[in-house]
Amino acid sequence: MIRYIRRAAACCLLLLIALLLNAARVQVLQADVLDDNPANRRKNIVRYEQPRGDILVEGKSVTGSKDTGEQLRWERTYLQGPLYAPVTGYASQTYGTAFVEAAEDAVLSGTDPMLSPLPLWTEITRKRQPGGQVATTIRAAAQRAAFTGLGGRRGAVAAIEPATGRILALVSSPSYDPGLLSGTDASVANAWSRLNASRSQPMLNRAIRQTYPPGSTFKIVTAAAALDTDVVTDVDAPTDTPDPYVLPGTRTTLPNESSGCERASLAYAIRVSCNTVMANLGVRVGLTRMRDTAGRFGFNDRGIRIPSPVTVSNFDKEMTADQLALSSIGQFDTRATPLQMAMVAAAVANGGDLNRPYLVESTSTRSGSVVSQRGIRTYQQVMSPSTALRLQRMMVDVVENGTGQNAAIPGMTVGGKTGTAQHGVGNSGIPYAWFISWAQKADAGQAGVAVAVVVEDATAVRGEITGGGLAAPIARGVMRAALS
Amino acid sequence: MKVTPTDRPGSDRPAGREPGGAVPPPGVRLAKRRGVELSLLVGAVFIAVLGYCATGLGKTGAAPPDALRYGAGLGVLAVLAHFAVRFRAPYADPLLLPIAVLLNGIGLVLIYRLDLETPEDQAAFTQLTWSTLGVALFIAVVVLLRDHRVLQRYAYLSCAAALVLMVIPIFFPAVNGAKIWIRLAGFSFQPGEFAKILLAVFFAAYLAANRHALAYTGRTFLLKGLQLPTGRVLGPIVAIWLLSVGVLILERDLGTSLLFFGLFVIMLYVATGRTGWIAVGLLLAAVGAYAVGSFEPHVHSRVADWLNPFASIEAGQGPGQLAQSLFAFAAGGMLGTGLGLGHSILIGFAAKSDFILATAGEELGLTGLTALFLLYALFVARGYRAGLALRDPFGRLLAIGLASIVALQVFVIAGGVMGLIPLTGMAMPFLAQGGSSVVTNWIIVALLIRVSDSARSPRAVTADTGEVAAVRVRDLAELNPTQRKLPKREAPKP
Repeated sequence: MIRYIRRAAACCLLLLIALLLNAARVQVLQADVLDDNPANRRKNIVRYEQPRGDILVEGKSVTGSKDTGEQLRWERTYLQGPLYAPVTGYASQTYGTAFVEAAEDAVLSGTDPMLSPLPLWTEITRKRQPGGQVATTIRAAAQRAAFTGLGGRRGAVAAIEPATGRILALVSSPSYDPGLLSGTDASVANAWSRLNASRSQPMLNRAIRQTYPPGSTFKIVTAAAALDTDVVTDVDAPTDTPDPYVLPGTRTTLPNESSGCERASLAYAIRVSCNTVMANLGVRVGLTRMRDTAGRFGFNDRGIRIPSPVTVSNFDKEMTADQLALSSIGQFDTRATPLQMAMVAAAVANGGDLNRPYLVESTSTRSGSVVSQRGIRTYQQVMSPSTALRLQRMMVDVVENGTGQNAAIPGMTVGGKTGTAQHGVGNSGIPYAWFISWAQKADAGQAGVAVAVVVEDATAVRGEITGGGLAAPIARGVMRAALS
Repeated sequence: MKVTPTDRPGSDRPAGREPGGAVPPPGVRLAKRRGVELSLLVGAVFIAVLGYCATGLGKTGAAPPDALRYGAGLGVLAVLAHFAVRFRAPYADPLLLPIAVLLNGIGLVLIYRLDLETPEDQAAFTQLTWSTLGVALFIAVVVLLRDHRVLQRYAYLSCAAALVLMVIPIFFPAVNGAKIWIRLAGFSFQPGEFAKILLAVFFAAYLAANRHALAYTGRTFLLKGLQLPTGRVLGPIVAIWLLSVGVLILERDLGTSLLFFGLFVIMLYVATGRTGWIAVGLLLAAVGAYAVGSFEPHVHSRVADWLNPFASIEAGQGPGQLAQSLFAFAAGGMLGTGLGLGHSILIGFAAKSDFILATAGEELGLTGLTALFLLYALFVARGYRAGLALRDPFGRLLAIGLASIVALQVFVIAGGVMGLIPLTGMAMPFLAQGGSSVVTNWIIVALLIRVSDSARSPRAVTADTGEVAAVRVRDLAELNPTQRKLPKREAPKP
């Protein structure tokens, strides 16, 4: 009998081994797969178990958290939701995160191991860190000025500090309250479908996620290319441009909105925004060099992040001469985000050096010790300093004597460029009003702010839409607020 | 049929009457190891209280205010049980009781921990009450049952009682798909739990009496190893087995059916050593399992769930219980989330009973789960050890049977909730919420204590044949009048 008892015991041992091996299979080998199963709610529960870290503007929180006592416990709240929605994005239990909420999620939700004083030990003990804080580069006054300036009309504003790349204002209009998307109840789903179905697309972040034909504001890029490549050596010398200008290889003539453009100089062409001169210069610079210059400003770069990815701005790589002519005045397939055009202004204002734009200044733990600090990072030397200097003078001339006089601020040096972009089939759409500019305080050594404004106003009368009329006053307000 | 303890009359003699039997020489004192037991009990209670505090700290940031009272309560139970063993079964295995107390304590901690998630359904206190009852019965068995061989006389009574207990729930409404409950006056219990012990007693008694007939008669079938016994001997056993399994299939409780069947096969094998039995048994089990799995919808759905636990997710209906259970184990990983910090309550229904192990797996991790499995393994091993040390076939088979009940039960339910085998509703011994189960388990511990005491005690040493333990005359005087008859029957005049 003893032998049989021992054998039966061995059987029990086999059962034990089977259980242990199976436990190791489930708990170690397959653990990651099971943890990541979308039906497994644990990650979500843990994520919302504690209040989310706050997003700061000038040291003050623009977000909050609300204890709901439900399974996904802490809900995100926003103090001035619509104003900061393009910056913060949303943090929804149901629909995930967007923009800074998404880009800095690890810090805000407390999962970033760097939040812990002893990262490795925290990994082992699984101790959750309280959500960290994210300080943005936004200047509240500039943001508010842009938001009220747009006044609910469709459009966007992006403002950059040229010397650093800090984004001072990032506004998209019309906006929405991201707090509506926090939580899990039916009202959240309703808000989501209502916002997505709305024709005005309030959740579209037009400042970085929408591209527009830049129109005449792109002439700054064309001018930079012409000056850098010595196609134009004297900005005041007349160019041999006929008016009207026949697009190369076609019989299509290109008109001007303003007079005196025949054989006009570059300076004059910028001041009154001559299409003919700039189209002609673009063709003379040539496709390759135009493309290179646009690329140095950031066009066609898919990798721009602020830290949220920015939609790529387009300047076609393959074009015929007539297409290049149109592209050189910001038409045809040329498209740019408002942030991209703010970068154009910033590059000019900063003496040809373009810094990478960024929105997150630093991250820190809840108690305030810094986790990461963003420094200035150069994007590219876009043009030579002398080119930049000459472009600055021309842009100041636009504001003082040309199409951009609405942007003038007493006591400050302001340079700008208007744009009125045609779009739609046969240019039938209501045009977009553009204005890009920069401003420098009288006592400052360099420009303090560069702005791009775009207004797409379906309610305006077609003929009244001009960059100088609709967009320049908004830019003025933003620049004044940013520098005050 | 009358059950006789030996099949070869005349071969067994009470050793106590033989000079120089296996009684240890005077002066050699066998270690009783009661001190070891007591210190292990202190450790077990300490671990349980520690777990209780850790749960509170993890969940609310403060130790539960009644931690001391809880510890005192568990401690009193442990000490009472210890004294019962110390005075009535002084040579008992010192590991059995501490392991039982530790597992019961951890079970209470886990139930208390899950109670924190379900304010409307508080189970820990009820479970503590049942545990108290279990310990009371433990003490009663240890004190009143002075010799396990008494049970041998009640073999057929046990069998009848077991069948009645298994049949009764058929007349009560099904609860969650299984007809294994009796609900009376607000109380509900599973009579099948008690039937386990009774069946083990019957199997042990019957096989002890008939094992030679089972082992050495009958036709050789196919191979030499496959020797089938004669129908006359096999008949009653197969009848009992068919009846119990049939009842269980009617009650749709495949787990208990599996347990009974496994118990039957193991005990049969240990009694006869015939591998042919195992082959026939496994064949029967395979056919039975296939038939039930194919035709019985409740069981069929369990099998389908086992084959693909994530089918309901893929169908867009959210995770099923088994998927949630697997999620819980996975969330535990190597070291676990820590008590009070997991989310095993997502399992929902039966999180405190059938799926209690998932909470252990999530919050204590693979490390804690391994420790639990090893505790069970140690418990089973001590039961087998007592079986090895005993000399009477009934005691041996009883010890093996009781230990195997625990082993099989752990395997069936742990394997079920971890996706190793199809899930069948069953209580994790000592851990799971469930009064019938915890009481039954305490009785199993009591019986093993009694058997292991007999195995190690110098007063019941071996007969010369090595078959039957004998009782010394001095001990007979202590038996009550009914029990006194036992040795007379058992030991015929030489």
